[in-house]
Amino acid sequence: MRTLTKLTWVEIKLFIREPMVVVFTLALPIIFLFVMGGVFGNTPNPEVYRGVGAMNYYMPSYYGLVMMAIGTVALPLHLAGYRERGILRRLRASSFSIWTVLGSQLLVSAIIAILGSLLVTVLGLATYSPDLPENIPQLIGAFFLGVACFTSFGFFLGAVLPSTRAAQGIGLILFFVMMILGGAGPPPEVMSNVMGFIGDITPLRYVILTLQNAWLPGPDFDWYTSASLVTAGITVVSALLAARFFRWE
Amino acid sequence: MTSIISVQNLRKTYGKIIAVADISFEVAQGEIFGFLGPNGAGKTTTVECLQALRDPDSGKISVIGLDPLRQAQELRRRIGSQLQESALPDRIKVWEALDLFASVTDKISDWHPLLEQWGLAEKRKSSFAALSGGQKQRLFIALSLVNNPEVVFLDEMTTGLDPAARRVAWDLIRAVRDRGTTVVLVTHFMDEAENLCDRVAIVDKGKIVASDSPQGLIASYATGVRVLFSTDKPDLAFLEKVSGVKNVTRRGDRVEVEGSGPLLALVAAALVEHDIVPPDLRVEQPSLEDVFLKVTGRAVVD
Repeated sequence: MRTLTKLTWVEIKLFIREPMVVVFTLALPIIFLFVMGGVFGNTPNPEVYRGVGAMNYYMPSYYGLVMMAIGTVALPLHLAGYRERGILRRLRASSFSIWTVLGSQLLVSAIIAILGSLLVTVLGLATYSPDLPENIPQLIGAFFLGVACFTSFGFFLGAVLPSTRAAQGIGLILFFVMMILGGAGPPPEVMSNVMGFIGDITPLRYVILTLQNAWLPGPDFDWYTSASLVTAGITVVSALLAARFFRWE
Repeated sequence: MTSIISVQNLRKTYGKIIAVADISFEVAQGEIFGFLGPNGAGKTTTVECLQALRDPDSGKISVIGLDPLRQAQELRRRIGSQLQESALPDRIKVWEALDLFASVTDKISDWHPLLEQWGLAEKRKSSFAALSGGQKQRLFIALSLVNNPEVVFLDEMTTGLDPAARRVAWDLIRAVRDRGTTVVLVTHFMDEAENLCDRVAIVDKGKIVASDSPQGLIASYATGVRVLFSTDKPDLAFLEKVSGVKNVTRRGDRVEVEGSGPLLALVAAALVEHDIVPPDLRVEQPSLEDVFLKVTGRAVVD
């Protein structure tokens, strides 16, 4: 337990010291918040954004964006780099278990996701006056489900991607595809069928739908059971694959 | 002698390559035990099996009474490891690494003295990436000691250290041994093995070809003494009659007399008797290097 606490604290400091992951997880969502908020404001249009104001749509989406950046950029890069450079080997030789190593990453992911989402919340509320989330307990549930999903997804990528270079390349492609097509970019309603299809097969779509339904008011936005089940499914499958393919060296 | 490490018929192959053919040995509590051999001899593979970092194909291993296959985590917690190939995150600071690695043990472990001993006090707030090769190496040795291990494994620990730092490292490792920690050392440096180890096992092609104290190895494998000097006098036939002399070779002015016993004194007396007083007369005692040449048939190549 003491080892887990120490490692988690060190890993948080290392996360903050790594400019690339800070840009992707903390800075990019805020940049998008200001660009999209500045362009679309928060006036509802029945044609797009599930019929709600753009900012009401995007606030929970950007929570998802923070989580997704952790799962596609931060974790794969971190784990593949640790393995490639022999850091995992060093940790293992000193009796750090797989549970301590991955557990600390899960905790760091949750803490960074909370931090990033709080930033989005404070800055969003201060500038474009979106509605407050309707169902806080549901939002918290959806939030941690999303964190679990993308942490697990990141473990999977970190386990199968053989090198830092591969993690960087594949991670960034996944990041941009998911961001643009998975629900944090243009409204899904304006996309072509192919784009919509690709968006539908990204984990981000379901994480965002679950978050949005917890946030948005009204009978149209109850807890999104099917989306949350898909999210949970991705979490479990990713975790199993990560456990299957994890290598110390 | 109480064995703290016991290995019987260890074997490890990678595909068709036999890294460790058949190795058996015992290490006594509180000694510095060295594996000496050329690169690729199987030294590192052997100690990695002992540290539960590799699974052997066959053989029995016991380290501090634990089986690396079944009790890997407990074993890793109670031993120290300095690995040949490993790294730390670039941006971790020296003190953070020590503090982190100290947390694996339940024993009271104060890492601050290690900073001083291993010359890292001024670098305590530096990040790993900013350290020089020698500083990284010293940090890894310090990390291997930070959990107060019962046995510490040091794999090529003085690689990258300058000559002065090597001497300091040897003294510190002796002090570690004197506090009761058993040290297992892997090295391809003859002087390191000869100076530091209580016992040495010479490893070649996956087998231990000789094992004893450095002095014992020299006594049993390298009995010869060499006396060297220069002279321009052509006739040295009288030297062959000196007691103990086995062979006299000459290259230009340089003469090498091989033999055994009190060779220097006898050769010196004979030279003086024939009015030869070379200013550079000296004796070369046999070293571990001669042993190594004899048992493996070749020199260690870096």
